Amino acid sequence: MAMLSMKRASLSLIMGVLLVSGCLVLGAIKDAQAMGIKQVTSKKGINGWLIRDSMVPIFTLHFAFRGGAALDPVGREGVSEMVSGLLDEGAGPYSSSDFQARLENNSISMRFSAGRDNFSGSLKSLAENRNMAASLLSLALTQPHFDAAPVARIRAQLLSSARRRAVRPSSTARRSFRKLVFGNHPYGRSASGTVESLKKITKQDMAGFVKNRFARDNLVVGAVGNITEDEFARIIDRIFGALPARSTPFSISEAKIKGAGNVVVVDRDIPQSVVVFGHSGIKRNDPDYYAALVMNYALGGGGLTSRLATEIREKRGLAYSVYSRIATYDHGGLFLGRVSTKNDRVAKSIALIRSEWTRMAKSGLGAQELEDSKRYLTGAFFTRLNSSSRIAGLLVGIQLEKFGRDYLAKRNRMIEQVSIKDITRVAKRLMKPSDLTFVIVGRPKGITPKP
Amino acid sequence: MFRGLCLMRGFGISVFLAVYLFAVSGSNAGIFNPESFTLKNGLKVVVIENHRMPVVRQMLFYKVGSADDPSGKSGLAHYLEHLMFKGTRTMAPNEFSKVVARNGGRDNAYTSNDTTAYYQTVAKDRLELVMKMEADRMANLVFDAKEVVPELQVVIEERRSRTDNRPGSQLDEHMAAALYMNHPYRIPIIGWNHELSKLTMKDAIGFYRRHYAPNNAILIITGDVTMATVRPLVDKYYGPIPANPKIIRRVRLAEPPQRAARRVSFESRRVREPQWSREYLAPSRANGKSSHADALEILDVILGSGATSRLYRALVLEQKLALGVGSYYDADMLGPTAFGISARPASGVSLETLEAAIETEIDKLLTHGVSKDELAKAIKRSLAGAVFARDSLRRGASAIGTALTTGQTIESVETWPAKMKAVTTKQILDAARHVFQKSRSVTGLLLPKVRKSSAKSSNKKSSVWDKPVRVFGGNQ
Repeated sequence: MAMLSMKRASLSLIMGVLLVSGCLVLGAIKDAQAMGIKQVTSKKGINGWLIRDSMVPIFTLHFAFRGGAALDPVGREGVSEMVSGLLDEGAGPYSSSDFQARLENNSISMRFSAGRDNFSGSLKSLAENRNMAASLLSLALTQPHFDAAPVARIRAQLLSSARRRAVRPSSTARRSFRKLVFGNHPYGRSASGTVESLKKITKQDMAGFVKNRFARDNLVVGAVGNITEDEFARIIDRIFGALPARSTPFSISEAKIKGAGNVVVVDRDIPQSVVVFGHSGIKRNDPDYYAALVMNYALGGGGLTSRLATEIREKRGLAYSVYSRIATYDHGGLFLGRVSTKNDRVAKSIALIRSEWTRMAKSGLGAQELEDSKRYLTGAFFTRLNSSSRIAGLLVGIQLEKFGRDYLAKRNRMIEQVSIKDITRVAKRLMKPSDLTFVIVGRPKGITPKP
Repeated sequence: MFRGLCLMRGFGISVFLAVYLFAVSGSNAGIFNPESFTLKNGLKVVVIENHRMPVVRQMLFYKVGSADDPSGKSGLAHYLEHLMFKGTRTMAPNEFSKVVARNGGRDNAYTSNDTTAYYQTVAKDRLELVMKMEADRMANLVFDAKEVVPELQVVIEERRSRTDNRPGSQLDEHMAAALYMNHPYRIPIIGWNHELSKLTMKDAIGFYRRHYAPNNAILIITGDVTMATVRPLVDKYYGPIPANPKIIRRVRLAEPPQRAARRVSFESRRVREPQWSREYLAPSRANGKSSHADALEILDVILGSGATSRLYRALVLEQKLALGVGSYYDADMLGPTAFGISARPASGVSLETLEAAIETEIDKLLTHGVSKDELAKAIKRSLAGAVFARDSLRRGASAIGTALTTGQTIESVETWPAKMKAVTTKQILDAARHVFQKSRSVTGLLLPKVRKSSAKSSNKKSSVWDKPVRVFGGNQ
């Protein structure tokens, strides 16, 4: 009955995506940078990355197909989300309940997740069951049924979830912010679907997503386990070999960020307002990415030690959680953050956010802050890699960004090389206090909305 | 308290399984192979080797939690947890976290009903540094009004985020207060607002002096280390801290006999989807008829864990009365724990109908017990869970730390797989009959409060709530 009461908001929230962190300065972790990533090419020509690990007799595999929820048709938001809920609900010779029984009775964990730019999944099993696990995953990807009964059930679950999201303050704030800044761009639409859109999704929509997206040319794979490279190559083909060679090409326009300077209040009768704020950011392949990462860590990425946390939480007790982060997508980027503050103190928190934004834009970072940021970003990355799933997930993340196997060491150097001058330049380029958009969900006092 | 908040297969499964694995297997996987010793000052030290990465995690558990808050001072254990980051005689406020971060590490802490834990994950050559700092704040914490006062506001904001902004959490508070008539688990970890907001520095100092000492703590070091490398550091940094002879075994108020079923219902405009839950008072590994604990863990798997569980099959797949349903049971509590069941009704199904169907399943269980096949499958799943638990750095340390601060031993963690294997269908039936007595339960209903004006059309309601409304407030 341990409802754990954390001292602070979970770091995973703050750090977000796997790739936002860096590598390692510390001697002890030099070995980890090498980490022995093997690249394997299967007979069917599929590449996969493998880290051999014999610590625990389990096999963990992560994968992703390019193209995700951003490709859901207008008005049919949630197609990819529904696919993710239905792949293991009947496939090949197995009905939904047979499939589930096979997974649970053999302790095979199979997950799917629809992101905006990718559709990803994972498989984890005891080593002894890995071939069975691989076969089941293959069926889920190549022969999903989308039978009427499971479709109705999963749709009802997703509808319920969408209704709950609609009244959850944090979801409301995120959704409203996204709509405002992305407008009609696909990133502005719901990834998980709305009450209206989920009702319209058909079996054909889902089958279409599978047909268009799940293909060998569109796939990245990473695994951790005690298997040889040959065995891994065979597993890859067992899972993905039956997929079509080619996916359907797609294009998504670059997002133009709107709503600069807006202050929007979404009225809710709650004691604490949830505020999402931000403006345009950068993409992952931007040459200034690492400098932005280092700058953001000092601004609001670093738990309790960041400037925002110091001013808003530590000095004044205005909030339990406040952070900023760089959100990168394939076709756009945001620089955003969140804070939750009692209604009558929201104005104060917002004023402090504005002033920290301005201060960074004007004067960048001090030498000590720069050093601290780099040391955290290069070090903490590895401490997170403490399970097979984390490591396999990283292998997939690196490949999605089209980096090489030397990424771990390279990334370290890129962060090390960030100078005060870089920060000053990037702060001028990225920090735009007057562009800041605020979406406030609650009943804030002393706020004048600006449309 | 593990509330079944993510009940639905399809989208909630990942969180659900995480909870399941932690509650069922992670807590007692039996394969961590720890080594341990005790310092002269009473500090118990456990080392769990895990050499996958050159990383180490230090976890310091104190045998004190929210259930040890003095009467009228709810939230004190958790408030002190926050203040532990506010500096010592030699460290400035927040310097602890700054030093960890600047050495490429991460740190945090949590408070539960029975335990307060502090932990850092660092590169292995930084172990000495974090050990030195953790030992330092065990004995040398400094309380400064400049830090202590705003931090209370932080905790109150935390309460707003966790509870006051969430109808589900508000109902949870009422359910706990009803399930426990006398035991302090009835009081929320974060505290009641009227008591929390009056906590003082003096309260925190008193609590720190009373509970924070080596003979009331468990130190766990896990990662790329060995006993040979850890022990000298422990001797050096924790060894000199004097024991507190006044530390006594925790004695808490006990539950009186429970004779009447309780029912709480909460309606809110901020609720869209109704939810039904029930909690039965249940024995833990340290309290009540603890011999039932192993069987209850297996029963939890059979009854309500995953898509093949009895409740999911009956209510979601066959009768189509529920969107999701699950059970939860946490044996690792010092006091009386709960066996819980939680469900969301399908559209148009009343909570009463749902409740009746769940009670039918419970009656079936109480009449016929479980089959040998169900038992064999549940044991197999639990044993696999124990293997998966070894995969992460966190699991072993959490499991052993939790066990040692809730009246158990390392051995009881290590022999967990054998205990699961030994569970019989008769033990499950006996345990179920012991626990599933309505007179020892609380039922909680979470309900949407429908606005009169839009009560007729649910679509209309949703448009009112879904669209951002721009209001024009003045300077109030």
